Amino acid sequence: MTTASETSAWRFALVGTPNSGKTALFNALTGSRQKVANYPGVTVERKAGIIQTPGGHRVDLIDLPGTYSLRGRSPDEEITRDIVLGRLASEAAPDLLLCVADATNLRVALRLVIELKQVGRPLMLVLNMIDIARRRGIDIDLVKLSKELGVPVVTSTAVRRGGTEDLMRRIDAMAAGAADASIPNTWKPPTASDLRAAQREADRIIRVAVSAAARPETLTGRVDAVLLHPVAGLLILLGLLFVLFQAVFTGAKPLMDFISAGFDALGAMAHDALPAGLLQSFVQNGVISGVGSVIVFLPQILILFLFILLLEDLGYMARAAFLMDRIMGGAGLHGRAFIPLLSSFACAIPGIMATRVIDNRRDRLTTILVAPLMTCSARIPVYTLIISAFIPDQQIWGWVGLQGLVMFGLYAAGIFSALAVSFVANHFFWRENATPPFMIELPDYKMPRLPNVAMGLYMRAMMFLKRAGTTIFSMMVLIWFLASFPRPPAGAIEPAINFSLAAMIGRWIEPILAPVGFNWQISVALVPGMAAREVAVAALGTVYAIEGGKDVAAQIGQTLAGQWSLATALALLVWYIFAPQCASTLAVIKRETGSWRWMVITFGYMLALAYAASLITYNVAVALGAG
Amino acid sequence: MIENGSPAKTASLGLARKGFRGRIHTIAAAATASDVKAAELERRLLELGFVEGAHVEILHEGPLGRDPIAVRVNNTTIALRRREAMAVLVA
Repeated sequence: MTTASETSAWRFALVGTPNSGKTALFNALTGSRQKVANYPGVTVERKAGIIQTPGGHRVDLIDLPGTYSLRGRSPDEEITRDIVLGRLASEAAPDLLLCVADATNLRVALRLVIELKQVGRPLMLVLNMIDIARRRGIDIDLVKLSKELGVPVVTSTAVRRGGTEDLMRRIDAMAAGAADASIPNTWKPPTASDLRAAQREADRIIRVAVSAAARPETLTGRVDAVLLHPVAGLLILLGLLFVLFQAVFTGAKPLMDFISAGFDALGAMAHDALPAGLLQSFVQNGVISGVGSVIVFLPQILILFLFILLLEDLGYMARAAFLMDRIMGGAGLHGRAFIPLLSSFACAIPGIMATRVIDNRRDRLTTILVAPLMTCSARIPVYTLIISAFIPDQQIWGWVGLQGLVMFGLYAAGIFSALAVSFVANHFFWRENATPPFMIELPDYKMPRLPNVAMGLYMRAMMFLKRAGTTIFSMMVLIWFLASFPRPPAGAIEPAINFSLAAMIGRWIEPILAPVGFNWQISVALVPGMAAREVAVAALGTVYAIEGGKDVAAQIGQTLAGQWSLATALALLVWYIFAPQCASTLAVIKRETGSWRWMVITFGYMLALAYAASLITYNVAVALGAG
Repeated sequence: MIENGSPAKTASLGLARKGFRGRIHTIAAAATASDVKAAELERRLLELGFVEGAHVEILHEGPLGRDPIAVRVNNTTIALRRREAMAVLVA
């Protein structure tokens, strides 16, 4: 190892199998001194942080994606392989590999250590969760283990205060002076027989250095007897999902209303403080409402990720995927896709962010692609407006309310189309890649640790605000610009929006939308309606020059009922099932996938579906005499 | 596939029921209907600890069609679909 000079810090990399407690150790070592970004050109998250040792040394630590081997079977694992081998152009090769292993579960981890040794880079094995191993009576002879492996071994308890002291001392001791022992890299992708040989060697070392557990883990087995029970397990999962949905959908509402009201009040203050004109409109409707439209998503994102982080730390997420695998798999979705999709009923933005729980890139992209089809809460104002204006409030078959039935039909259409799209995507677009097999470890249950959950929550919130927030904000300003420029001529009677670029775009697309029964007013309202689906209601009110008031929605409904045919109304309802009328969702897709490509694909396919479905609806309705 | 004991009485883990206990005899990935290539499936199974001689026990079965299965392999629990578990021959 090269001696660290005062200026250039050391670079360490954390490697380990999934569930080794690698991320908890990373949090314990770096605290809040961490940064999440993406590797250039790929959608893999790059987690880096700084260790300050007691001895005053500074180490740059990078947390590599979990892997069972260096073979690189997914983009994440390829990153791990390339950094470990020093192949990645954007990253200097690490000075030391810290291989993290769950001390209670060494078999697979030791095989990985044996593989990592071939790389020839300085390597240290960190036996994490050593407290749990000791409590269960697993006795690990560290001297023997280190000797047999030929690798220094240190223990840690990432989740305990002071649990990383041994590791820190080792790092400082190294700084005292370690020779640069450069061993040639002999790594090549292991064949099946290499893997067998390495596993046999790992098993041999375990027999030499580790005594079997005196008190094997029994709690996990007892809990799983209930949680993985074919009937009880599913019922509990459904109950959990119901609570999660309620929390995201209803629980976040007061906070979101509070934030909206706050930004409205702030906007009104700006309105009063500034002279009427462009600056006033920009500050109130561009900047303040733009920032507001970013912050308003935070409560949902925090609540959802609180659930996800707790369930993940507990070890339940893998169980839920086990229970849902067959059910989701029928439509070509991953077992873990249900939380993102369920959350998308509240809002596609936390839903798309939640797809991070899906490790496999292809499964994750499919889920991102269909998440916006789930009926989000922003569609509800549009649906209720049109339904209450056009669908008669009557009972059919004596007991089913027609309006409720239409609402149900809209939700069902969203779910059905999401499943259909993922089915099509799997069978036609991903054909070159084979279905990744569902093979995951079900880790032992562990109590979630609050600092770990808090850190995860903080990182998610910051990432949303910084990465997605900037894009959402700039889109909001753009939409404000379109709806405000050019200004109406002096003495104009018509609403200002009718003179704007948005109106020009609306009139320009009107001939394209005429076949689906949309008039120019709808076409114009759809442009600012890109800000968020529910904005279309207010935009329709503006275009039809309806004075705002207490029951403005009811007035808009009356006006629309007088102006539109039933066929047009139905076509607009169907449009809203599919249309990508949400700039924020598109922004998040761009940020989460790291490319414009997936945003454009989502926009394109949703638009095509919306157009086709509205066209059919309108023409069938007209043929049936509703025109 | 290295081990070549008697071909007697091996069965596929993919067909075994909950409660089954045994030892892995062979990993024979070629004969499965998995979408993954045989050599790749074999390596994936090995990486998760499905190695000849390991103790296995089926702990749980999925709610639909008893699929997937949760298998205890020595000290770890791995969930996988029966289709892939067909590659694990047990005795």
